[in-house]
Amino acid sequence: MNRLKVSLPGLELKNPIMPASGCFGFGEEFANYYDLGVLGAIMIKATTLEERYGNPTPRVAETPSGMLNAIGLQNPGLDRVMNEKLPFLSHYNTKIIANVAGSSEEEYVAVCAEISKSPYVHAIELNISCPNVKHGGIAFGTDPEVAYRLTKAVKAVSKVPVYVKLSPNVTDIVVIAKAIEAAGADGITMINTLVGMRIDLRTRKPILANQTGGLSGPAIKPVAIRMIHQVSRAVNIPIIGMGGVMNVDDVLEMIMAGASAVAIGTANFSDPYVCPKIIDSLEKRMDELGIVSIEQLIKNTREARYEK
Amino acid sequence: MKQENMSIVENNRVTKDVHEIILRGKLVAEMKTPGQFINIKAPREDLILRRPISLAAIDQHNQTCTVLIRSEGQGTKSICEMKVGSSLDVMGPLGHGFNYDFLNAGEAALLIGGGIGIPPLFELAKQLVDHGIKVTSVLGFTTKDAIFYERQFNEYSEVFISTDDGSYGTHGTVATLLSGQLADKTYSAIYACGPKGLNRMVNLNYKDHPNAYVSLEERMACGMGACAACVCQRQDDLSKNEKVCDHGPVFRAGEMVI
Repeated sequence: MNRLKVSLPGLELKNPIMPASGCFGFGEEFANYYDLGVLGAIMIKATTLEERYGNPTPRVAETPSGMLNAIGLQNPGLDRVMNEKLPFLSHYNTKIIANVAGSSEEEYVAVCAEISKSPYVHAIELNISCPNVKHGGIAFGTDPEVAYRLTKAVKAVSKVPVYVKLSPNVTDIVVIAKAIEAAGADGITMINTLVGMRIDLRTRKPILANQTGGLSGPAIKPVAIRMIHQVSRAVNIPIIGMGGVMNVDDVLEMIMAGASAVAIGTANFSDPYVCPKIIDSLEKRMDELGIVSIEQLIKNTREARYEK
Repeated sequence: MKQENMSIVENNRVTKDVHEIILRGKLVAEMKTPGQFINIKAPREDLILRRPISLAAIDQHNQTCTVLIRSEGQGTKSICEMKVGSSLDVMGPLGHGFNYDFLNAGEAALLIGGGIGIPPLFELAKQLVDHGIKVTSVLGFTTKDAIFYERQFNEYSEVFISTDDGSYGTHGTVATLLSGQLADKTYSAIYACGPKGLNRMVNLNYKDHPNAYVSLEERMACGMGACAACVCQRQDDLSKNEKVCDHGPVFRAGEMVI
């Protein structure tokens, strides 16, 4: 029996671990470090219709137990992702989740329609939560009606299940989660980064050229845990959790909060081997904590929800 | 292998705030090209990004490499405070360094360095001399007390030093030397690494030189090409950019916008 496997819409995962979008490119660089086939899935960097070169630099700044980034969705555009990046990833025995971003509903729909036709894409991660672009991105993820409409439009054209990536930069994330569930989303991924800023004491100006950036890393983990806990009790679709996960204990904590799988983001920058290390140490830690299997843990967590 | 806990065999303070740290490990076998860097994890859990530090010297015989680190922020400070015998989590070598394959023995090369940008030029000077190249080093510092590696550079090259305050060498910057006493000299290759002003000057003044190279610096997150944090604009198409960590850090003069 595979104690690590997880079944989600469109995703039969051999383990619940995947690198988060934006922290892993399209896998090419990390493929020089280890066999990407060990991963449960890969969330590719956000893809837009046309090539994007992103924001001016500096694009990153370190913060206590975290970092700010304002990359600005740099990516080679849909055609090159379809013709170069996805075929490269198809050589590895893992699932591909295509993160899709846009600046208009038409762009999101066009990219989702096309990328979901790829035989290598198993699910879409609808990025309605990027805080670093002037148009689109987070604007689609902070208003429940807008999020509903976009999700519905994307669901109508996508050939694969659609997971919607939620922003924590809202007053009530449950409202957004319920809206995208009602629109037919197959799952939720959460959380994207928290909007933050740092000031350079010498220039007295923001360090990031974009002024604000998305805060990630261990600093945001308790926020992610709280929000996953809240949302998992309010919706019936599965959650892929993310936000500051650094090690195997963080993974299990996130599943206990209500996630069915876990993405690793910023930790890939500290340690490029973090994903395979976590996968290798999961079973031993599960033994220590009396966890039979990940699916059993997900089931137990779900049942515990209804006891109170 | 691309990551290792390398052991610190020496940690010498060479100026008020610059430390020369010598690391030993198997990773050294992979270190060949001057201008490449290693990405060092500071020994503090709350600092999650690695620090990209260029290789100042590579010694295959002793399986060691040398880095020169300026204790500037919390991360570099914590690295500089580490004791001999402890170990440092190192990734690398990373990036594309200085190329000199095209040079023939007997030709002349000019190295232009400023401040904490100087270290990668030292391994380059050593390898150029091994290659039979005559090396001239023009090194700029803020002040006399900030000078390091003058003796080491003297072993491999003819050295010219400038200080911003005139407390040692020529009063001014490396530009003062280059437009002054070195103005009529020509070199088959030019290599530079320094603060933005120096890099910008070299990028502009030597953009038509067939073999002029400049090593750039930019804030990085992953250091291996995945995150797209450390990009730099291309001069030939301002809408395009390259990753400094991966495509660079060494670029042809005039190739990028600095």
